[in-house]
Amino acid sequence: MKNKTAWDRVTIARTPERPKALDYINEIFTNFIELHGDRAFSDDKSIIGGIAKLEGIPVTVIGEQKGKNAKENIERNFGMPNPEGYRKALRLMKQAEKFGRPIITFIDTPGAYPGMEAEERGQGEAIARNLFEMSKLTVPTISVVIGEGSSGGALAIGVTDIIIMLENSIYSILSPEGFASILYKDATKSQEAADKMKITAKELKKLEIIDEIVEEPEGGAQEDFENVCQNLRNMLSKDIKRLSKIKKDDLVEQRYQKYRKIGGIL
Amino acid sequence: MIIDKIRKINKEEETVKNEKASDMLVGKWVKCSNCKEILYKEDVKKNYSVCPNCGKHFRISARRRVKQIVDEGTFEELDADMQTSDILNFEGYKDKIKLLQEKTKIQEAIKTGIGEINGEKVAIGVMDSNFFMGSMGSVVGEKICRLVEKALQEKLPVILFCVSGGARMQEGMVSLMQMAKTSAAIAKLDEAGLLYVSVLTDPTTGGVTASFASLGDIILAEPGALIGFAGPRVIEQTIKQKLPEGFQSSEFLLEHGFIDKIVERNKMKQTLYEILKLHKSQRK
Repeated sequence: MKNKTAWDRVTIARTPERPKALDYINEIFTNFIELHGDRAFSDDKSIIGGIAKLEGIPVTVIGEQKGKNAKENIERNFGMPNPEGYRKALRLMKQAEKFGRPIITFIDTPGAYPGMEAEERGQGEAIARNLFEMSKLTVPTISVVIGEGSSGGALAIGVTDIIIMLENSIYSILSPEGFASILYKDATKSQEAADKMKITAKELKKLEIIDEIVEEPEGGAQEDFENVCQNLRNMLSKDIKRLSKIKKDDLVEQRYQKYRKIGGIL
Repeated sequence: MIIDKIRKINKEEETVKNEKASDMLVGKWVKCSNCKEILYKEDVKKNYSVCPNCGKHFRISARRRVKQIVDEGTFEELDADMQTSDILNFEGYKDKIKLLQEKTKIQEAIKTGIGEINGEKVAIGVMDSNFFMGSMGSVVGEKICRLVEKALQEKLPVILFCVSGGARMQEGMVSLMQMAKTSAAIAKLDEAGLLYVSVLTDPTTGGVTASFASLGDIILAEPGALIGFAGPRVIEQTIKQKLPEGFQSSEFLLEHGFIDKIVERNKMKQTLYEILKLHKSQRK
């Protein structure tokens, strides 16, 4: 299990049968009520969100939702949000802040959707706004990378107090294919790129970019989903209990310092 | 002796002739990339590096931009020598940085400092497309944060001139996280009630558009700049059709409500000054 290459993990992270955001939400939380819409344009189905309970504590959950087959993927736009998806996520986060609920997000996207209408409706602004607002939320926030965390489209729901990654998930500046085509001028060198990019949970923990890792069975989380969820649930409850004790101002300042030190130069 | 003199004179004439010839082709003339007009370089320079014929705003270095915007002799640069760290140990990255430093005579893709605009003190950052297409890695992120923190200390307004291809690939996730880091710094500025003006110039794309560039209290843009999240080529590949003329231009963004105002380069300094003055009266 420990000898997997980065590319092996990319492959596992993208497996269609790998559990998706809604699977985690249904397994880990109770009383989930899905809430819809950004109150401005539409309801983006590639981002889901709502309120639920984590071991009795009310929380807000948000996730990038991929499908498990072609039909589901078309409905979910392959987990690639449009601006209204990010704006829905932000609306739910502000709502959570109002009612003092901790926020848990699930990251799983090949990236923000690069379409014409996404640009017309301000994809860049929507992502920027989320980074800006998430940095000053006064409630505890945790993000969990469950599959593919690619580029600004992933980060847009990922500026949190704690970042957790599943062992076989990846978090990257862009897909290894994109990286290879830009830097090696050859998209087929994506395996080589994956090895270079430091996108695995272990490498990112070493770089102090992420905080915690949830172990998975050999072939991936779907092989023993209940157990993976049990471990993740324990981790989330422990983290939330700890973060809830921190004063609001300190929490925001700690979060600022967490990002402030990444790439800090002396 | 006499023959030598004659030779010398002839030689001088020859060089003059050659100089004239080279003037015409490369030395002092330049072809506008938009209207194709042949322009005298000096005229272009005097015209703020804008085509006197069609108004095309050419890309300019951070050095020249500072000269155009900041009062002479008032610019105090911050962190000028901050060095890039090669986090991924990416092959050839350090060499490329070194080469660019020699070529451009700047150390990284942004110049930051404190200066005055018609006497109004500001914290200002100017990106430079000549350096790695203005891409944001750890140094760009760090310099912006330090500038913002300096502005917070001294209660100064912040102006950032943006030009960027996005996050810098060669620093991987550390580059991506600079988006969060800079946006969080801008949020601090916001909480402190300080003014932040972002100025978008050609091109502003990717991770810079999706972070500090889009977060100005007031967002200005130069005419005809390409501004967007995804690059035009990526969008065309996704939708499998050609984009209409002017898609993702400053004018397009103004129409769609994402920028406040398009300002021509020769009016930029005055406009910024007017904005600063209006906010000064609001401050305690």
